[in-house]
Amino acid sequence: MPIECKDVSFTYAPATAYEIHALKNINLRIEDHEFIGIIGHTGSGKSTLIQHFNALIQPTSGTILYNGEDIWGQNYNRRTLRSEVGLAFQYPEHQLFENDVLSDVCFGPMNQGLTREEAEPEARKALLQVGFKEKNFLKSPFELSGGQKKRAAIAGVLAMNPKILILDEPTAGLDPRGRDNILDQIAELQSVRGITIILVSHSMEDIAKYTRRLIVMNQGEVVYDDAPHEVFSHYEELEKMGLAAPQVTYLMNGLKKRGLPVDLKADTVAEASKSILKALREVDSPLLKEGGSHV
Amino acid sequence: MFKDITLGQYYPGDSVLHRLDPRTKLIGTLAFIISVFIFHTFPGYAVATVFLAAVIWLSRIPPRLIFKGLKAIMLLLIITVMFNIFLTPGEIVWSWRFLKVSREGLSLSGRMAIRLTYLVTGSSIMTLTTTPNQLTNAMESLLRPLNRINVPVHEIAMMMSIALRFIPILMEETDKIMKAQTARGADFESGGIIKKVRNMIPLLVPLFISAFRRANDLAMAMEARCYHGGGGRTQMKPLRYAMIDYAAFVILTVYLAIGAVFRIVGI
Repeated sequence: MPIECKDVSFTYAPATAYEIHALKNINLRIEDHEFIGIIGHTGSGKSTLIQHFNALIQPTSGTILYNGEDIWGQNYNRRTLRSEVGLAFQYPEHQLFENDVLSDVCFGPMNQGLTREEAEPEARKALLQVGFKEKNFLKSPFELSGGQKKRAAIAGVLAMNPKILILDEPTAGLDPRGRDNILDQIAELQSVRGITIILVSHSMEDIAKYTRRLIVMNQGEVVYDDAPHEVFSHYEELEKMGLAAPQVTYLMNGLKKRGLPVDLKADTVAEASKSILKALREVDSPLLKEGGSHV
Repeated sequence: MFKDITLGQYYPGDSVLHRLDPRTKLIGTLAFIISVFIFHTFPGYAVATVFLAAVIWLSRIPPRLIFKGLKAIMLLLIITVMFNIFLTPGEIVWSWRFLKVSREGLSLSGRMAIRLTYLVTGSSIMTLTTTPNQLTNAMESLLRPLNRINVPVHEIAMMMSIALRFIPILMEETDKIMKAQTARGADFESGGIIKKVRNMIPLLVPLFISAFRRANDLAMAMEARCYHGGGGRTQMKPLRYAMIDYAAFVILTVYLAIGAVFRIVGI
């Protein structure tokens, strides 16, 4: 079920002193089973953009098509759309409200018309899939740690069985281990459930590691929409927008400048180490001759 | 990022009115309100109209925005005018079955309408040109004499500014929570009254929790910076009357004097 944006523009508080053009003529097409990253500086319009995908915001002009149908058409059922395009917001505090985690996760499926008995297996499945421990199922959501809250919130959206899952900064405020953990589980979800994932993130490392397509937003416009390593090759332009490429990109570019024939496409630590070793062998580096213990 | 809500309704600008000391504006608005009641004849209202028009022109605010405030009192205005037209006894000029319109009723309702409209327009100009914080500052400063009779003026002003500061924050929060729950299929619109109230729970619980948490954080931050109420506290930007304020006071005095003369002479 592809999502398509055609000339989408959005203006906050039009015709007042506080007018802001949050989106300007966005054209995008999101295909099935994609794993897409969206990055952009604060205020670049990325949050506004993702809220258009499930009709939480109506564009000021332009159309959004889901599966070829205009989601702001007269008889379009936007509640059904919202259960197919799930959006998990950045702050779990904005959605957790029930007495226990399990009931909270049941909220979504029950809004889809399931009874509590039918909703519970969905909720359990979703919670386990995001790595939420069963022993905490009946705890109050307000007693949980930040990472657990986040998982509960993502499960709350996942339990509705969306075909597209949009995650707004799912790793903000988490420690490094919790972050890798949650992203690994999301990546696994994508392959197990075969759903589309749209990941909004500030971390270039996360984007490089998990996504296959990267959309860069700046001042309400899509600046780049390409494979992550292609986008990162414009790291100087990214810096002008207040963004940066992954650390590895800087390392590889530095090595290349000093004459080592490394592959600039490498944007994760694993790829980089492979490419550096290969390049060292090509130039017959003395580093390798000393038993290779340095590398 | 979210700018859909404008609090109070402050309209940013740099007009003469924006630059006036907030105390001057507060006193000026008060004076204008009093004048609207002093004037009771149509030549008097003409003077008030000229004054109001001049102030609107000086404020450089689109008149459309100023009159938006009138929409809210439209119903009140219509009811007041109706009551005055039909229920004032006097010389009957028109009647139909039980409805009677008297000359006195017409003139009284006309005056009522003018007074209400001017009252709201006058105070909107103040809120449009003054930020809520400036306003509470002015109030604190003007009410300071009450300190002597043990009214905690500073604390009341602080509570007001915190409350005002929190309104946009909580509005924004409400919007975000509503979106998060709508994304999970919540429905805040359909259903009868009981269902609607029940549907508010997923909105209200996170909102209250967040409000309490924010209040707690703020109290902690204030405590950490040794806040201990108003005693001996100075301000970073103390309010000071400038030349334009004195000019404004002269104009106001002249304006009120005209009102008093009109009243005494009986024009």
